Amino acid sequence: MKTEKTNIKAALTIATAALLGGNTVTHAETVSSNEDSNWEFDSAFLFYSEADRVSASEVILNAKKIFADDEILNLKLTIDALTGASANGAVAQPRVQTFTRPSGNGQYDIAPGDTPLDDTFHDTRVQLNGQWTQAVADNLTASGGVHISKEYDYLSLGVNGNVAIDFDRKNSTISLGFSHFQDTFTPEGGIPKPFASMLIGDSSAPTWDDEFAETRLGSEDDKTTTDLLLGFTQVINRRMITQFNYSYSMVDGYLTDPFKILSVVDDNGVAQDYVYESRPDSRAKQSIYAQSLYHFDTNVFDVSYRYMWDDWQITSHTIDSRFRIPLGDNFGRESYIQPHFRFYQQSAADFYQPFILNSEPLPAFASADYRIGEMTAFTIGLKYGMLVNHGHDLSFRLEYYRQTPTDAGFDEPGVLKKVDLYPTIDAVIAQVSYSF
Amino acid sequence: MNTVHKIKLALIVPLITIASGCTSLGVEPWERDLLAKDAMSLTSSPIDSALDDHIYFSKEASSGGKGFGGGGCGCN
Repeated sequence: MKTEKTNIKAALTIATAALLGGNTVTHAETVSSNEDSNWEFDSAFLFYSEADRVSASEVILNAKKIFADDEILNLKLTIDALTGASANGAVAQPRVQTFTRPSGNGQYDIAPGDTPLDDTFHDTRVQLNGQWTQAVADNLTASGGVHISKEYDYLSLGVNGNVAIDFDRKNSTISLGFSHFQDTFTPEGGIPKPFASMLIGDSSAPTWDDEFAETRLGSEDDKTTTDLLLGFTQVINRRMITQFNYSYSMVDGYLTDPFKILSVVDDNGVAQDYVYESRPDSRAKQSIYAQSLYHFDTNVFDVSYRYMWDDWQITSHTIDSRFRIPLGDNFGRESYIQPHFRFYQQSAADFYQPFILNSEPLPAFASADYRIGEMTAFTIGLKYGMLVNHGHDLSFRLEYYRQTPTDAGFDEPGVLKKVDLYPTIDAVIAQVSYSF
Repeated sequence: MNTVHKIKLALIVPLITIASGCTSLGVEPWERDLLAKDAMSLTSSPIDSALDDHIYFSKEASSGGKGFGGGGCGCN
């Protein structure tokens, strides 16, 4: 029973990791012939909440079936709902500011000193994934999958493929993956013209709709994302396994956020205008990733590092680590706790700027979206898992995530010295998972 | 033995050790007891990874690395 369970779990890891695009097909060797062809399910509910900003709830149901010849079918349903407020990109001011909603219908006011947040964000997303994984020859595993994700204003279609070759008694694995996404964005209010001034005034006036339409390019735009992933996995010894990946990602099309604006300020830092942001229409990202797991006598240490760089001049470092500590049967059941620590640091995109000075010419591209600005972030968390009846797994995870945007060296004229241009964001992540 | 030789030796010995170590990397099939555990798989919790990837993809400028970092939602 124990062995069978391990096999099922290993298979689940492969299939779902393949769904995620991971190349952990490596672990195919741990799956032996399994006569039990019942479905296995993994489920989770996650709640994510930022102080005063966005809240999101997400449900995942993953169903997996292993067929007689170890072919694995994996189906995953993800539903999430998002509500709350999101920074619109404008800077805080010592006076009340008024902004127009992205739809063009109505306005909202921001109090003096507050970071402008648009509180109209709400969306529901449904995502379906299917993945098929099987051995195609000795030491050669292949996997292919499809992806569809639909939101009120967004449609994403994707395919992926993965091959993994094992050698040296399956101690080494080389894998090659490919994925392609085709996304269509139909934002409420349409696609704003780059650097068009946000229309502010009486949205019930008879001329409003025509004037608002003047700031728009059209109703929808699209983008494609193509990823290539080359991986190498090596078993070091009985206690240690390592993985190295190189990935290349090419994104083409509409990469601007239609809901984000920049403040245009005078030499005293006072906002004179708000203009829609503009980003380049392509981005090439590359990353290297290394991961290592080490099994101590009972505990397992899992640590990874990623270095990412792109042609927007963003670079980032990510360190992620988990330490799994079995608790034995201390609470009457087999259980474990797992502390988690993640550190993240990124530099700003070359076109990021927190505001535009009206005394200077407009740049080719500009965005005040803090997510592409200079930033440090960390996550600390704890997971508690236990084996319940019939070998089912129940786990709880609680994490704290803090983002600290930092000044990449921009001068702050006049009144901008008195407001917080780089507010920190605190979030709590809570999750319950059940596998059956 | 002069200093240069000592330095050479100091450099070469670890290299040989590493090189010989490389040839003995890996385990025999019957030594996979620990590696076969769930906790030792490279993605020990795919559900957690999927949820985390979605959060960090939405909130940061980086994605992927471990797996594909592609599109999939309008959250970024």
